[in-house]
Formats: sequence, C-alpha cells, structure tokens
Amino acid sequence: MDLSYPAEDEEFRAHLREWLAGVLPALPPKPPPEDWPARRTYDLGWQRRLYDAGYAGLHWPVDAGGRGATPTRHLVFLEETERAGAPYVGANFVGLLHAGPTVAAEGNAAQRARWLPPVLRGEEVWCQGFSEPDAGSDLASLRTRARRDGDDYVVSGSKIWTSHAEVADWCELLVRTDPKAPKHRGISWLAMPMDAPGITVRPLRTLAGSAEFAEVFLDEVRVPAANRVGEENDGWRVTMVTLSFERGTAFVGEVVACRRVLGDVAREARENGRWDDVPLRRRLGRLDAEFRALWRLTQWNVSEAERGGVPGVGGSVFKLRYSQVRQELYDVAAEVLGPDGLDLDRQWTADRLSSLSYTIAAGTSQIQRNIVAERILGLPKGR
Amino acid sequence: MDFRLTDDQRALRAGVRELLVRRFGRERLRAAVDPPPETGSDGRAGPPGPAGPRGPAARLDRALWRELGEAGFFALRLPEARGGVGLGLPEAVLAFEEAGRALLPGPLVATHLAAGEVPGAATGECVVAAVDGRLVEWLDEADVVRGDVTEAVALRPVDPLTPLHRVPRAAPGDPVAALLTAAEQLGSAGRTCALAVQHARTREQFGQPVGAFQAVKHLCADMLVRVEMARSAVYAAAVTNDPLDIAAARLLADEAAERGARDCLQVHGGMGFTWESEVHLHLKRAWSRARRGPCAAQAEEALAAGLLTWAERHGA
Repeated sequence: MDLSYPAEDEEFRAHLREWLAGVLPALPPKPPPEDWPARRTYDLGWQRRLYDAGYAGLHWPVDAGGRGATPTRHLVFLEETERAGAPYVGANFVGLLHAGPTVAAEGNAAQRARWLPPVLRGEEVWCQGFSEPDAGSDLASLRTRARRDGDDYVVSGSKIWTSHAEVADWCELLVRTDPKAPKHRGISWLAMPMDAPGITVRPLRTLAGSAEFAEVFLDEVRVPAANRVGEENDGWRVTMVTLSFERGTAFVGEVVACRRVLGDVAREARENGRWDDVPLRRRLGRLDAEFRALWRLTQWNVSEAERGGVPGVGGSVFKLRYSQVRQELYDVAAEVLGPDGLDLDRQWTADRLSSLSYTIAAGTSQIQRNIVAERILGLPKGR
Repeated sequence: MDFRLTDDQRALRAGVRELLVRRFGRERLRAAVDPPPETGSDGRAGPPGPAGPRGPAARLDRALWRELGEAGFFALRLPEARGGVGLGLPEAVLAFEEAGRALLPGPLVATHLAAGEVPGAATGECVVAAVDGRLVEWLDEADVVRGDVTEAVALRPVDPLTPLHRVPRAAPGDPVAALLTAAEQLGSAGRTCALAVQHARTREQFGQPVGAFQAVKHLCADMLVRVEMARSAVYAAAVTNDPLDIAAARLLADEAAERGARDCLQVHGGMGFTWESEVHLHLKRAWSRARRGPCAAQAEEALAAGLLTWAERHGA
C-alpha cells in the first residue's frame, strides 16, 4: 500500500503545473453551451495546445501516437489539469476516451494511421452511434442495419442520444450486419464519416434546456468496408472494449472537480449563513467523506489497471457510487443557495440538471448493478 | 504509486485469516454465543440453555487471547527492539479486518493499543479494557482498565459477545482506535456481502436461485459498492494516518457494516431473522462498534470544518 507517487511522476507534475500556469490565463473565454461550432473550435484549440506541449494522448500506447504513460502518470495529469481549472475534454470526449482507444486496441495499421493522429492533434471530432430509440440499456437489440454492397456497407436506421453529432467528423457506429444471428453476434463496429450523403442530424433538447445531443437518421449511407474495426459480426466484443474504457477512466478527472465544487459550496454556505444549519453542515461533511473515498477508489483502480492494461469491471463499482454522489452534491448546493437554487443563471442549478444524466448515461445504475452482481459477484443471470 | 497490497501484506492477511478459521471458526463462534444446555440433576439435558440475550455474560477465551498474543496480534506495531513485530498501521488494519470478518470477540482494540504500555498486553497475558466514547467493553473480564470507570453501569448488551458498561463521562477518542474499529467494520461488511451472495446463489424460489432476481441482485451489488468504498478509505487512512481521512473511513466503514448486515438479513429472508443465523451477530456487533469513539455527527462536523478550511485556502 503506497500512495506516494514516484519521483519522476512528481517531476512531471511540477512541469505540468508550470505549463498550465503559463498557458491558462491566455485562453479565450469559454463559449456558451448552446454554441456547438464555437465549442468545437474551443475544445480542438485546447487539444492542439496539449499536443504541441507533448501532453496529447498521454495514456495512449506509443505506437498509436501516444506517450505510453503509466496509469499513475495519467492520474497526475488529470489531477493537475482539473485542479488548475483547465478546459474539460469536451467535444474530444468520444475521440480521446472511446473511439481512439478502441481503434488503438482493435484497429489495423492503416486505421490507426488514418484516425488516431487527427484526434491527438485536435483536428477531428468523433461522436458515438451506439444507442437507438429501441436499444438503450439493451444495446444489443440495435436494429440499424448494414448490407454489404461491393466494397461498401449500405447503412440504414437511426441513432439517438448522440452527443456532438452536429460538429463531428466521424461516428463510431454499431450496425447489424447479420440479422439472422443471435442478437449479441451479427453486430459490426464501423467508422462512419459524418459528411456522407444520407445522414440527417436533428438536435434534441435536454431537460437542462440545451441541445447536448442529437438524433441521427441514416438513409442508405455508404460506408467503406475498410472502415470496419475488428471482424464482421464481432462488433459486440469490440464494443465491450470501448465501454470498459468509458466506465473505467472517463470520470476520473471529475472527482477532483467535484471536490473543488464541494469546497465552493462550503464557502458559499459560510458566506450566506447556511453554515449554521447543523444538518446541512453534516451533509457537507458526509459528502467530503464520499469524495475522499471516491478518490482513493480511483487510486485503487488505477493501481489495478497498471498491471492489467484495459480497465476492468471495477469501473462499474466506481460509476454506481460516483453518479449518485454527484447528484447529492448538487442537491446540497441547491439547498445552500436557497431561492437562488431555482435560478438557471446559477451554474450549480444547471449542473444539478445535467447531473441527472449520470445515473443513466453509459449504462444506467440498474444495468451497472447487474454487471457488478453477475460479473464480479458471480450471481446467476435472470430477470 | 501502487495502492495494492504488497506480498508481505497478503501473506500477513492470509496468516491471520488461517489462524482465526482454525481457532475461531463458525463452531467456536456458535459455542460462544450458545453455551451448552445445563444438565439437570437426573443427568438429562434440561430445557435449551440460557443462551443469547438472557444468558449469562459472555466469557473471554483466555487461551485464544494468549494465542493471539503469540501470533503478534497485539504487538504488531510495537518496535522489534521492544519485543514487537515492528509493523505499521496498514498491517494492523489488515489484521483487524480479519478479526471483524471472523466476529472475534474481546477488547481487541484496547489491548492492542496498550501493548508496550501495560505489562502483558503485548503477549496476550493481560486483557485490557478501555473507556471509548461513553462505553466500556468487557469491563468485568479485564485485568486492567484504562480510563475512569467510576459509576459504570452494566447494560444488557444487544450483542451477546460484547458485554458493555456505560460511564457518565465520555473519554476523548483516539484516532488509531477509530481506524482499527473501521477495519473491523470493513471485515464484517465483506463477510456479510459474501454470505448474502452465497445464499443468493444457492437458495431457490420460484424455480431459480433468488440471486437471479434483479431486486436481490441489486441489494448485493450495492453491498459490494459500499465494501469497496470503505476498503479504499480505510486502507488509505492507514497509509496517511490523517485524522480527517480516518473520520471519513469510519463513516463509510460504519455504513458498510451496518447496512451490509441489514441487507444480508433481508437477502436471507426468514432464515436471516433466526437466532441460528450468523447475520444478526454481525449487525449487533456493527451497532456496538459504531458507538465507539467519536459518533458519526462528530466525524461529519470535523470533515465539514476541514473542508471549509481547505476551500478557504484554495479558493479563488
């Protein structure tokens, strides 16, 4: 049990901190959440700065253009960027955290050379075409079909809850290539160019009022067969690799950010007099315990991943508690704000609304519990 | 950074577990809870023994206590120069986690903390009790009592294996005692999670194992999540020895143990509500341990105050 970081990682931390202190004050102001083109430009600009400074794809393998950093060093990177209030990964989320790692792990040499460098350099944005109107948590029930025609697949169907679809260059798309096969087989993983004819993107408004994601309609869209990652009909296994990345590492930096928000909530309570409310103060103390433990659980998972490479189902344990505690954090923030907790101009009110998605996105809490029960505890499958 | 257990720590944990399985397995636990029925004058067994909540006060197994002493349980953190094992808090936490898993009774924390200060404590020759919060465990069985026990009043204890006295004045809590208690709670939480899973895999209703039902499955998954949160917090607090880390660890470990035992009971259904089941012993012990040292409210207040200090130092 060792919680101290190696000297070379501490040296890395010092350099990163210095670089962040130099570059962050010169950053342009963050665009409004509704302005997707501006957000794309902003997020890609930040990615380019990371790339030029040698921080892009820190945790990606070297032969995929990354720096091959250990999970511990990646943890230091996430800790420091969050502490300094650096921009979030934003529109680069899917490219950097799902599609990129999936292509790096499962793609051939040509695919890696084509798709990975533009993600790292901040030139191309990816979106995720997994969910469908009738295939959310039951993802394997997806119906978007791809028929082989010469060197192309011809794709028809629709996808939903697709974040960044309006500004994406590529879509990691799950399609049914064998309708007769059992539902977990017969699925393939394709990289679809978003400018192909036959694609219609219709933004969807979230309960938070913003257009965070979209519906994507696919009408006879031609995707080259060379864009298939992994074998035909082996897409479910490839997808499990993708989801393990999403569940394993995607929320790490947010824990640091939440602890900062919790501190701000405490300060606000002190300033507006709510600090004298004993039950409220105790809830803040309890949340501090939760975020301390979540951070330690992160360090535990990172230590495990340092041996295993691909993060395992332990991410489900983390995600279950984190998504719940994040919602409690913003509930308490609203309590501290009092009447202003109903004001959409307060950041915490907007964040409270968006936190409602955390127990749904990337597999609902109910699905995560099934995963924990069946794959970690070994309970039988059933209804 | 490598948070995982070292090979030596794994070996230590396995050794303690093996010792406790051999010396204080399920049968010994039941024998401690249910003393044999008294034999009548006619030589026939009388009515079922005065076991359980109305029975005589639990007795401490002195031979087991000495064996624990020989195995280094109490002298674990005492320097080798003073006859100890010379290990640290993380190792002590692993040993106490195993004690919690086995439901090992006795003033373990008080005796461990007395090693090097009270003669005979390190070897297990001397049983040491201490005032912790407003309670003293095992007062009547102790050779030495630390703290002020004047006007101590005996309670009829909810846990049949934790005799209790209440004292009028609370003793200030010791962070190490709080951490070792958290470790015991963690062990108990791990055990009730395993018991629930084992039962859910084998008990059939409606033609299938009850663990196939999502409602049961989700109870078990939440138990594991609480165990893993508590484990991360307790182990980290053992490394940092920071009072606020310890406070956080206690909150999560108390929750994992109390709610874990409750959910385990629920998964066991009617069987869980019987005296024969092991589950109620875990729940009652978890309640007893949760009363040691600072209460949850104090831990939450300490964390809140620390949070504010931290925020004001790091704030914009």
